[in-house]
Amino acid sequence: MCQVGEDYGEPAPGEPPPVPRPSREQKCVKCKEAQPVVVIRAGDAFCRDCFKAFYVHKFRAMLGKNRLIFPGEKVLLAWSGGPSSSSMVWQVLEGLSQDSAKRLRFVAGVIFVDERTPGVFTVALRSATREKLLPKGKWLTPHSSARKHRPAERGLEGFPVEVALHPALPGSSLSPDSFCLGFSEGAACGQSLEERSKTLAEVKPILQATGFPWHVVALEEVFSLPPSVLWCSAQEPVGSERAYKAAVDSFLQQQHVLGARGGPGPTQGEEQPPQPPLDPRSLARLPAAAQTEALSQLFCSVRTLTAKEELLQTLRTHLILHMARAHGYSKVMTGDSCTRLAIKLMTNLALGRGAFLAWDTGFSDERHGDVVVVRPMRDHTLKEVAFYNRLFSVPSVFTPAVDTKAPEKASIHRLMEAFILRLQTQFPSTVSTVYRTSEKLVKAPRDGPAAGDSSPRCLLCMCALDIDAADSATAFGAQTSSRLSQMQLPIPLTETRTPPGPCCSPGVGRAQGCGQGACRREDPQACIEEQLCYSCRVNMKDLPSLDPLPPYILAEAQLRTQRAWVLQEIRDCLIEDSDNEVGQS
Amino acid sequence: MPAPPCASCHAARAALRRPRSGQALCGACFCAAFEAEVLHTVLAGRLLPPGAVVAVGASGGKDSTVLAHVLRALAPRLGISLQLVAVDEGIGGYRDAALAAVRRQAARWELPLTVVAYEDLFGGWTMDAVARSTAGSGRSRSCCTFCGVLRRRALEEGARRVGATHIVTGHNADDMAETVLMNFLRGDAGRLARGGGLGSPGEGGALPRCRPLQFASQKEVVLYAHFRRLDYFSEECVYAPEAFRGHARDLLKRLEAARPSAVLDLVHSAERLALAPAARPPRPGACSRCGALASRTLCQACALLDGLNRGRPRLAIGKGRRGLDEEATPGTPGDPVRPPASKAVPTF
Repeated sequence: MCQVGEDYGEPAPGEPPPVPRPSREQKCVKCKEAQPVVVIRAGDAFCRDCFKAFYVHKFRAMLGKNRLIFPGEKVLLAWSGGPSSSSMVWQVLEGLSQDSAKRLRFVAGVIFVDERTPGVFTVALRSATREKLLPKGKWLTPHSSARKHRPAERGLEGFPVEVALHPALPGSSLSPDSFCLGFSEGAACGQSLEERSKTLAEVKPILQATGFPWHVVALEEVFSLPPSVLWCSAQEPVGSERAYKAAVDSFLQQQHVLGARGGPGPTQGEEQPPQPPLDPRSLARLPAAAQTEALSQLFCSVRTLTAKEELLQTLRTHLILHMARAHGYSKVMTGDSCTRLAIKLMTNLALGRGAFLAWDTGFSDERHGDVVVVRPMRDHTLKEVAFYNRLFSVPSVFTPAVDTKAPEKASIHRLMEAFILRLQTQFPSTVSTVYRTSEKLVKAPRDGPAAGDSSPRCLLCMCALDIDAADSATAFGAQTSSRLSQMQLPIPLTETRTPPGPCCSPGVGRAQGCGQGACRREDPQACIEEQLCYSCRVNMKDLPSLDPLPPYILAEAQLRTQRAWVLQEIRDCLIEDSDNEVGQS
Repeated sequence: MPAPPCASCHAARAALRRPRSGQALCGACFCAAFEAEVLHTVLAGRLLPPGAVVAVGASGGKDSTVLAHVLRALAPRLGISLQLVAVDEGIGGYRDAALAAVRRQAARWELPLTVVAYEDLFGGWTMDAVARSTAGSGRSRSCCTFCGVLRRRALEEGARRVGATHIVTGHNADDMAETVLMNFLRGDAGRLARGGGLGSPGEGGALPRCRPLQFASQKEVVLYAHFRRLDYFSEECVYAPEAFRGHARDLLKRLEAARPSAVLDLVHSAERLALAPAARPPRPGACSRCGALASRTLCQACALLDGLNRGRPRLAIGKGRRGLDEEATPGTPGDPVRPPASKAVPTF
């Protein structure tokens, strides 16, 4: 049960040993006629057409069986430029342009986040050898590196970038860079202006070719987000099976009426007129150059690559969420592949996000209420994505990620990625085993019913707080109590009996006790920490100061503290209305 | 460079940095803090009520040595009495030396020691015999699978013999973190659903078990043993190198190097994992042979022994389990290796 090789080593009796390579005579396993071109799993060789059918079916089946996206709904595709999200955009594109009744019926837009800000990529220039991630490397396009598909598969992770404040004037969107050149003292700490504009030059034609409305947003825009991004808007009643069917019917009827004159409606979108700035006053208030500097400062101050990756992911998610809300999208699609999700699951496990794994890696993520994140690529392995993109020339763009070229031991993310991919080569079922286990996870907390809307949410990741009482017998309690014991245990216990140290009386809740009081009000750092989940607290410990965080986070934190404070003040006047609480039992 | 002063007593020179917090402490203050933390875990988790007779699973290794030492120091305050229970798996050249270490400890601490042997409990099977029997079946010998299941049973039996009300084992935070990583890699949803707590409350007649060192990292355990000058046996089992746990252990070491809190973060994750009700294991019944807790008709220990006795050691492991059904129809001549009269398995 716990030994290497068990259950893997011996082929089941009666099965022929796996054929490493299709012989010339071998035919496609599906149609039994055509010449196979690709071997996905050991022994299963597909011809080009059957592979395409298989791939497309997986994508549509994932959407079909979940029935989450209603006809006519606006869906924002988070595109990072990498292989998985590129493949996803192309699947949607093809699905929308089909004539048959099987046509996808939602309305799509694409968002690309430009994250190539100095400071975000501090490590990027340190040279380091990396192992190849991709299947045999033979499918890589000329200028791709082994890391090429990396950014792509990260989902929300898609990089949104509101590049184009003024698409008509290419120079204007680049102004942040011209500043940052001077700021970052050479290229040591980020992308040069040239690289950044090169990426955008690659990105735009692809976006235009899709015909979808598109948005390119610079990560710097997080500095003009409003605090309301962090509010969990009330969730609309989840569509039931019947509601879905009714919506489909009415949509079809509508189509029928419009029928004759309609072209392929949703696909003919053109480049939208320049997006208005996120906040009408934002440009005036904080020039782009200053935002770039603020962003660099923030990322340069983060002490570990692990925390940097988490912070980037958080900010990116907020930015995409804001863009989705601002433009009326109610779903966001990310391109996380099965391989990427397995890695993400194990990474998040190690980051202390055990309570949120189902949110972080499931098909749909409703934590934001009005905007739901869906992951339609979650059945596709990285290998399938790479082969598909190659065979059907799906364009993608290589953009370095924050950990590109970082050594393996530089962050939890890199370690876990390398570990899973290495194990996968030894035990080919690793990824699928982890992935399948993740499907048995549920979103409701372990004990008790699902947290209500009123339960406090983490300021950053917006999940229900998973914080235990400070003195409880839990991993969290152990850390708070050890802090206490170190501070307050003057008399060492010796081998003979000694009076108990003041620290170890359980249930005093010392840390909690002082948490509510006025003292916390004067310590903004502490009051932000109180609003974070376990994992975000650990991450924020790697920031020497929380001051460089974007204003919307700080403002919201202050707002929440104030609200809690006021509530405390008026508590004794409030009448508690608890309808048949369990308190009786 | 002179060492900084101890951050706790400010008198002595610091002798170590705590791995988790980076705090510089002197040896005495560190040991005191370590003991206080174990005490906190036991009290806050209500693990060992006053008056409990506690069987400490003693292997002679660092974890159980530290656990026994700390509990002995805390026993008067907790109002518990201690019994050492050691298991002799019958691994030549390895267990003998470890047991010698346990005997020395017991004599030094003046604690009663009971040794239970696989050979006596399991109808003559020692781990060496099991290893010989499984050697020819497949690529790995699955030694840890047998040993783990049987040791658990033997410890329970030993604890009952000394009249214990609770069992404590020396699992530390690293062990817990490795386990949760491993269960994901193996896709063992049942264990993920069950794990995470500080032990089991003792359902179905089994003794309650707990792990008071669950929040102490391995490094701290080693540091504690070092500063208390504890005598323990540290050598890897001769059958261990094959174990899958090695992958998880290796990964955990690297994770801890990248972020010192990673071990406890994993333990926190394990505490909070929420699995679908369907993934939770069914309510366990009782083994039809020995009466112990079992999720099938036979408990895993009896099933493994049954396989060994029938000459098909892999019968109750992984894919070999399919063969278990054969036994449901007695008299099927399905198994040619089956001896005419299988060896009697002792019942407990």
